[in-house]
Amino acid sequence: MRAAFRTGAIAAVAAAALIMTGCSADAGSEGSADDPVELTYWAWAPNLDKVVDIWNDQNPDIQVTVNKQDGGDPAITKLLTAIKAGSGAPDLIQAEYQKIPTLVSSDALADLAGTDAADLSGDFPDSAWDSVTLGGDALYAIPQDTGPMMFFYRDDIFTQLGLTVPTTWDEYAATARALHTADPTKYLGTFSSNDAGWFAGLSQQAEAEWWSIDGDAWGVGIDEEPTQQVADYWGGLVEEGVIDNKPMYTPEWNAALNDGTQAGWLGAVWGPGVLSGNAADTAGLWKAAPLPNWGSDVSNGNWGGSSTAVTSQSEHVDAAVKFATWLNTDPEAVQALVTETGIYPASTDAAASALTEAPEFFSNQPDFYDVAAEAAQAVAPFQYGPNVNVTFSAYNDEFAKAAESKTRQAFLDAVAAMQQITVDDLESSGFTVAK
Amino acid sequence: MTATVATPRSGAGRGAGRSATRRPAGRRSATRRHLTPWMMLAPGIVLFTVFMAAPILYTVVLSFQKEMVKGLGLGSGAKTRTFAGFENYVATLTDPEFLASVGRVLLYGVILVPTMLGLALLFSLLLDARRTGAKGFSRVSIFLPYAVPAVISSLLWGFLYLPAVSPFYWIFEQLGWDDVPSLLSPGLVIFAIANIGLWGGVGFNMIVMYTSLKAVPTEIYEAARIDGASERQIALRIKVPIIMPALIMTALFSMIATLQVFAEPTTLRPLTNSLSTTWSPLMYVYRDAFTRDDIYSAAATSVIIAVATFAISFFFLRVVQRRAFGQED
Repeated sequence: MRAAFRTGAIAAVAAAALIMTGCSADAGSEGSADDPVELTYWAWAPNLDKVVDIWNDQNPDIQVTVNKQDGGDPAITKLLTAIKAGSGAPDLIQAEYQKIPTLVSSDALADLAGTDAADLSGDFPDSAWDSVTLGGDALYAIPQDTGPMMFFYRDDIFTQLGLTVPTTWDEYAATARALHTADPTKYLGTFSSNDAGWFAGLSQQAEAEWWSIDGDAWGVGIDEEPTQQVADYWGGLVEEGVIDNKPMYTPEWNAALNDGTQAGWLGAVWGPGVLSGNAADTAGLWKAAPLPNWGSDVSNGNWGGSSTAVTSQSEHVDAAVKFATWLNTDPEAVQALVTETGIYPASTDAAASALTEAPEFFSNQPDFYDVAAEAAQAVAPFQYGPNVNVTFSAYNDEFAKAAESKTRQAFLDAVAAMQQITVDDLESSGFTVAK
Repeated sequence: MTATVATPRSGAGRGAGRSATRRPAGRRSATRRHLTPWMMLAPGIVLFTVFMAAPILYTVVLSFQKEMVKGLGLGSGAKTRTFAGFENYVATLTDPEFLASVGRVLLYGVILVPTMLGLALLFSLLLDARRTGAKGFSRVSIFLPYAVPAVISSLLWGFLYLPAVSPFYWIFEQLGWDDVPSLLSPGLVIFAIANIGLWGGVGFNMIVMYTSLKAVPTEIYEAARIDGASERQIALRIKVPIIMPALIMTALFSMIATLQVFAEPTTLRPLTNSLSTTWSPLMYVYRDAFTRDDIYSAAATSVIIAVATFAISFFFLRVVQRRAFGQED
């Protein structure tokens, strides 16, 4: 596999070099203030164009135009269509981490291993860097933001009922029981069959490896001990009835966050935005804590997060890399990303200097971003595979059935079904799957 | 289709017959006569070809292909498109998920179509009855839900179905009914979807039936009344048989719409554990095309659904035609 990757990398570098020389022959790839390099950038983060304006003011030779997209999924579908058509793709795209293998297998992304971006590995947590290299020698994107998971809870309800903040999953289960016994209308959380990324994050924390590269074959390890442990744990709590089984992000869930029916939420660092949008009246009542742990090992998972990738149709790879590097590592740019788009930056140092004041919704917790930084550092590595979409939609279907049936066994069966569907899909597409 | 073929041919026949006996000037006008229908048809033919025929043909072509990957599938040239034969068709037809989705929409149709057409017929007969008051207002209020897009109405109904936010469940609670099951639970969700379809569909079908009732000459009713027929007898013995063609047409359209149910279950899905991503056949196509990024399987399933819809419509018309239009033959 190493050899294969290296050959690929060399080929990509050679190709990039050819493109560069091709360009410099006529107009010059560097660009100048009179004849700037024009880059297009598909992204959906709100107000990203305001951050890009800062760059455009400072760099007359490389001008970037943001093309606002509807969201992560539609942007990727559009990009794949442009790649199939052979033209129409932008130079840069905002790509969620779990989409990268799919994009790479469709040959939609340029390999940046031969560019200056390769030197950035030290700027980002290992988990984020692994997601953009797929664990190999290639580099397919520059990390932009991450979503380390956190536990949000209603501090007022905890104080009122004399509950303590759980640090392990055993304590979480005990707290869930205590809360539900004290007030049978209340739950410490819900198991949502709608959010595959959420369950992937919880499994990531348990050190699951859903996909792995084994020589020239993909390994699929969903139906293995870590994920089974997570499914068994949640299946048990749902069966017991101390954890709700309704999906998140429904009007019902919003109402439950507002009236305290849901007294806790296993969310991610971007949670304050969701809570302030869905339960604005509860500002100041919530607190954030690290995700409970399995035993004494401190570990965490990611839910969400995205990167900046250069597409394979870009004719200005070096210029695009220059911009993407600035956007995601320059202190001024990262500060603007935080204030304008509200993301949690992936760059460790830039995040520490940009995130000093707690979000308004958590003004009662001045150390919010210290907790977040701890959570970000603890994220375990996790490899996504080329058919994440298939696995995620299998999660929706299988865990919907399991959550509805409210039995521990059904949760384990759902994990087995996810494994089966994922492997079958890989094999029917012609991927080599390690046994 | 028949018009595009028949018109020019008859024009050509006439032109050829005449040009043999007429002066050359006649031939020029014959050519013009020959061209005119084609020119008038051209916009229709072009639009049909570009936006209907070509995509359909392309769908059929795609349905016989698949994408194959080598090894890890990373890097350039890892994916190649190959001929798949009937593989995609076999995969769809042997997938229990697809067969289950077909079963669900058939049940959905059995629940929805008779209820919807029954209510539409009842309302149109009531509106057509002599003594009914506030006709205009009633007609508009029954028709209005049809103007609400299915996604919007599904969102509205979704709110009403969720016990924690629904005013209905608040009322049930005040009445002391604690165990009213949620319509979004697995056994009842089909009724929840049928209810949305019913709410949106009755008005349209009612208007179609009411319009054809209005076209019936009133002398027939007068004659019936002189013969001593009651309003109910007039409705059942005269009005219903006369508007039978309209009933058949609405039934056919409703059946086709039922097979294509998509917006309602897709909109309700995130609210509940009871709806899978493959609840209806079109959702199955959508999942393949846009979630799994497998347009080839999606194309094959689309062709299957199109052929099945055509076959069912054809069969239905064959069965009912003799009964409905028997007296006209």
